[in-house]
Amino acid sequence: MEHTFIEILRRALDEELARDASVYLLGEDVAAGGAFGVTKGLAQKHGDKRVRNTPISEAAITGLATGAALCGLKPVLEIMFIDFATLAMDCLVNQTAKYRYMSGGQLAVPLVVRTQAGAAGGAAAQHSQSLEAWFVHVPGLVVVAPSSPAEAYGLLKSAIRLGDPVLFIEHKRLYTMKEALADDAEPPPIGKARIARAGKDVTVIAYSAMVRDALEAAEILARAGVSAEVIDLRTLVPLDMAAIAASVARTHRVLIAHEAVRNGGVGAEIAARIGTELFDELDAPVVRVGCPFAPIPFAPALERALLPGSRDIVRAACQLLGLETPAQE
Amino acid sequence: MGSVGRGGWVGVLHADHRTPDIGAIARYRIDFNSHPWGWNVAAPTLDDWKQMYHALWRIRLFEAQVQRLAATGEVPGFPHLSTGQEAVAVGVCAHLTRDDVLFTSHRGHGHVLAKGSDLKATLAEILGREDGLCRGRGGSMHLVDAANGVLGATGVVAGNLALAAGAAWAAQAQGKQNISVVFFGDGATGAGAFHETLNVAALWRLPVLFVCENNGYAEFTSREEHSNVTHVSSFAAPYAMPAKTIDGNDLPTVFAAAREAIEILRNGAGPYLLECMTFRMAGHYVGDAQQYRSKEELAAIRDKCPIERLKRHLMERGVKQDELDTIGERAKQEVQQAVEAARAAPRPDATRVLEDVYRSPSLNAIPG
Repeated sequence: MEHTFIEILRRALDEELARDASVYLLGEDVAAGGAFGVTKGLAQKHGDKRVRNTPISEAAITGLATGAALCGLKPVLEIMFIDFATLAMDCLVNQTAKYRYMSGGQLAVPLVVRTQAGAAGGAAAQHSQSLEAWFVHVPGLVVVAPSSPAEAYGLLKSAIRLGDPVLFIEHKRLYTMKEALADDAEPPPIGKARIARAGKDVTVIAYSAMVRDALEAAEILARAGVSAEVIDLRTLVPLDMAAIAASVARTHRVLIAHEAVRNGGVGAEIAARIGTELFDELDAPVVRVGCPFAPIPFAPALERALLPGSRDIVRAACQLLGLETPAQE
Repeated sequence: MGSVGRGGWVGVLHADHRTPDIGAIARYRIDFNSHPWGWNVAAPTLDDWKQMYHALWRIRLFEAQVQRLAATGEVPGFPHLSTGQEAVAVGVCAHLTRDDVLFTSHRGHGHVLAKGSDLKATLAEILGREDGLCRGRGGSMHLVDAANGVLGATGVVAGNLALAAGAAWAAQAQGKQNISVVFFGDGATGAGAFHETLNVAALWRLPVLFVCENNGYAEFTSREEHSNVTHVSSFAAPYAMPAKTIDGNDLPTVFAAAREAIEILRNGAGPYLLECMTFRMAGHYVGDAQQYRSKEELAAIRDKCPIERLKRHLMERGVKQDELDTIGERAKQEVQQAVEAARAAPRPDATRVLEDVYRSPSLNAIPG
């Protein structure tokens, strides 16, 4: 039986609340189900002390969750949109991320910050951003960006059990995606990428919703006789360079795709690492697909024009291979 | 007007406030056997007050040593001294058990010592040594002594308030009896996080004591220049939080007010905002020439010295100058020994600089 991304997140949270009495959910509207319905029914089932509504006070609630994590709770905080994480940055960057280190290993922050990112459906410039690169830049944080419902299920459980602060980024475009859940699936370890599709001609590295575009592009490329391997990073910190290296050793050509702007993006870091560590494996320069350097516009036609997708990946892959771009429907 | 809270909590301005008789502090119901100092704060005796006098001197002399060691370059960074604000630290922390948790700010040495942390380990941290509280990873502005309930100092003004509320939430959620205390300066009231935290702490009735050390300055800028609100305690009323403004330089006053506030917290009646009017005898940081303060102001501050004031109380109760000198001398020797031990402590091993970025060992090898 298939479930949506939202339903599967809810199931993971429900099971973790039942499994571990120190898990608490908090955030704006979470007791009412949250803005997207992820936590619907959980307050009724686990009580309004375990699933707690907060004021619209991102700075305070992130501090609350961090302080509670220092004292025995394992909070799962919902920041409704990653765009609002700007209001929580002092805590996330200066305190949450650094507590373990600044205390010389005395304390830890077992906190998961669930947030929702990316562009879809005209949410416009302040509710559509992909800001993951900011957090990837901060030592002490783990950054997870699942690409499908089943992936989100396991990764969220692993994040809650990790014992370090995790930013868990859910793409709003994936929320309605349906997928079946394996009955006995073990949660994947944090920091291991997966091969979403095997191939031999070019490696497409992606994460979050862009994995869907990469798989679509791989299908189009396959019809044109190109075998693309799609790597789903799953976690951006830590980055699974071993998986990247193994793939590049097979394909010798790399394309990195993300929805965030290219400038200063995660792709820049990966490209630099590949250039430094895997130079001898490369038959061509590393190519990046990402958003042009502009805010996300409101009008659907403009949003479509700006956002990178499977067509851009196909085009870039063909350029990388010296092929003509195949016709796309 | 001073602060006005709900339910008959009327704030007391330091100007018209009367110092409680240190012999007349009523019996307190909490068992303080686990207090790290071993003070009998349930019913303080004259000996207990003498111990608190000793605690004031320890902080004063500790800060003097930090200042000296900073001047000679032995203290890295820019330490912020709490000289002149010792009575707040001692008067509040006198009521805390080891299980109670404390959060402080960049100006936190005194709070950490008053909570009962080791002089040598605290100073070793400020000197950046392996034997320091945080093995040299935190320093003056990030002191943590988890075993003693010191959960940390935050160098970003107002960044510690919500953490303290979170610790109080954890205690409440887990049905624990401990409380959470956070010290901050009046400068923190300019930050949104202060107001956000007061709101949610009152709403959730969290056992957190907000202690504002109003020393009249946000770094170099006087209170008059950065706010129309004279008394920080007046911010509590809209959130239906009890609050009081007191003379923070008079130890018995702080002791009595803190006891009253903490009793409310321990009864589960929610948070409390205690504003302690005090004076920063030192500059904002070591090396601050304080050209923004007049000679008259600096001279007046010395008259308000909390050590001098407790000394007057004790002498009124018949304690002799000789004995007080002996107490001061004992504190001096303890601090001196701590200085020698801390200076002799090893420096951290640079090959271990990447440890403890994460708790999960597998994450500590992430390439930069």
